[in-house]
Amino acid sequence: MDIIVCMKRVPDSAAKITVAGDAKSIEQDGVDHVISPYDEIAVEKALQLKEAHGGTVTVVCLGVAAATKEIRQALAMGADQAVHLKDAGGNRGPLEIAQALAGVIKGRACDLLLFGKQSIDADNGAVGVMVARLLDLPVVSLVAQLDVADGRATVHRQSEVGTEVIEVTLPAAFTVQRGLAEPRYPKIKGIMQAKKKPLEEIDAPAPAGTMALDKLEPPAAREGGRIVGEGKDAVGELVRLLSQEAKVLS
Amino acid sequence: MSPLADITFSEPIPFLQEQHLEVRELIHRYAQEQVKPRAARLDEEKVFPHDTVAELAEMGMLGVPFPEEVGGAGLDYLSYILVIEELARVCGTTSITVAAHTSLGTNPIYQFGTDLQKEKYLRKLATGEMLGAFALTEPGAGSDARASKTTAVRDGDDWIVNGVKVYCTNGTHAGTVILTTKTENGITAFIAEKSFPGISNGTLEDKLGLRGSDTRELVFEDVRIPDENRVGEEGGGFKRFMMTLDAGRISIGAMALGLAQGALDVALPYAIERKQFGQTLGQFGAIQERLADMAVKIHTARLTLYHAAALKDEGRHVAYAGSIGKLYASEIAMEVIDSAIQIMGGNGFTREYPVERMFRDAKLCEIGEGTSEVQRLVISRMMLKSVQ
Repeated sequence: MDIIVCMKRVPDSAAKITVAGDAKSIEQDGVDHVISPYDEIAVEKALQLKEAHGGTVTVVCLGVAAATKEIRQALAMGADQAVHLKDAGGNRGPLEIAQALAGVIKGRACDLLLFGKQSIDADNGAVGVMVARLLDLPVVSLVAQLDVADGRATVHRQSEVGTEVIEVTLPAAFTVQRGLAEPRYPKIKGIMQAKKKPLEEIDAPAPAGTMALDKLEPPAAREGGRIVGEGKDAVGELVRLLSQEAKVLS
Repeated sequence: MSPLADITFSEPIPFLQEQHLEVRELIHRYAQEQVKPRAARLDEEKVFPHDTVAELAEMGMLGVPFPEEVGGAGLDYLSYILVIEELARVCGTTSITVAAHTSLGTNPIYQFGTDLQKEKYLRKLATGEMLGAFALTEPGAGSDARASKTTAVRDGDDWIVNGVKVYCTNGTHAGTVILTTKTENGITAFIAEKSFPGISNGTLEDKLGLRGSDTRELVFEDVRIPDENRVGEEGGGFKRFMMTLDAGRISIGAMALGLAQGALDVALPYAIERKQFGQTLGQFGAIQERLADMAVKIHTARLTLYHAAALKDEGRHVAYAGSIGKLYASEIAMEVIDSAIQIMGGNGFTREYPVERMFRDAKLCEIGEGTSEVQRLVISRMMLKSVQ
């Protein structure tokens, strides 16, 4: 079974994010980067499937040159090979990203195409399903359980309304979420082996300029809470505020 | 963790090659994510870190400086030192468990073992399939290791061992114990499998720090050890063990260094956030001086220890450099952690913060694998000898 996983390099969620002087990007100094956590779950699941059923795992990453580090990490975890779509800069909306990814995936052996359900920086949650559509593959999003047998996948799609159990014929694409798998730490041996694994570098197509970023600004600082009274005397005022001001009660 | 806490740590260091940085990053991430949250419980409930040991074995962290052919990770001693440092930065118990296993329980077999011993024990130890322990100290023989009263008497192809060893790290959970005994012509070392008849667990020590670490008294009663388990020639055990300790000391220094860095990791963000008299602690000159002194000591200890490890990797004798590194790092660890507690005041004194635990853990570094007094003896003797 040949599995392709798309992964993105994102700032570490523990990093303190500040807007850079150009007001259009984030300050990179002192910010660590990681594989976007949902993508890392997808890599882990791909490795588990490979260990159970055999086959190959290829990671595909559209990212700046420095993303080599995160790609190497996926290889150190156990992926067999990687494709680095080198991004020279500029803004891309989800569709342009999806087109670039679909462009390199098309024609490669692929029974299972995995994505994180969303990146933790842009949070669009759009690229995975778009790539699937561009490649004309069936797709299930928000997958929290995935089993493969006899050329079919049985998946649990978890959303606010509940869990849907869906059967899909392979090849198919899935966007995955927390609970599917716990990413492993690489072994020391894995880190050493990763250096020898094939890493194909391709220049990403230049952004078409369909999306421009006007301005980045940090969210407004949260205001402190209000104490409206004590004990049962506070209930009337609290209900009034919750229904009229916060509009969470009706 | 605040990225600021890393400034003292992110200075480029010439000793560190790409491979060192990669291993450090891996163990750093694992330590911060997995080991740190477990540390308080290990200390409070005196629990041995079984899960962590298994995970570290899986990653290859229990055989860092040994070649891949014997089951190790195929890296060098400096890489191993970085692993100990990063573990100690969040958990003293975990770091001493790995250090005792690697440099005391496994390294002597790698360095001095026969092919048969290597085949039988080294692979299992280096892969972390089993833990290793080392038994030198006795009730009456501490720093004076030659005063050993544990005896080994030849009986055909075997030896019969009798005696009591104390402060044996990993003593309960180890698969093998390397021990020194008194034989007719000096000190002789053996590998005993923990399951050999006649070996029993004595008292489990209740300690000031490193409370999750397994520190055990081991009793040897008519233990039959085959001659093929003898490490080195008869009477040659003392010299070998001293060489083992020379390198082992660097790892105890790394543990002290990690504990000191760990205390700074906590105290620095605290000094930036905590306000008194309308300003942050970090704006007070007295606190700034403390922080600077902590950084200078940590930086100096780090360079000294990495230097000693790099010397070992070049195949040089490290008695001098290793003793200096161990002595310096263990003493500044006490000073640095003391400063961290002082900066944090009442909070530093409570179990809400890990610095009080680090303070208790670090004390061992001035005692284990040669007290500070012994280190000074080693250093000064070599100095005096050099001008004679």
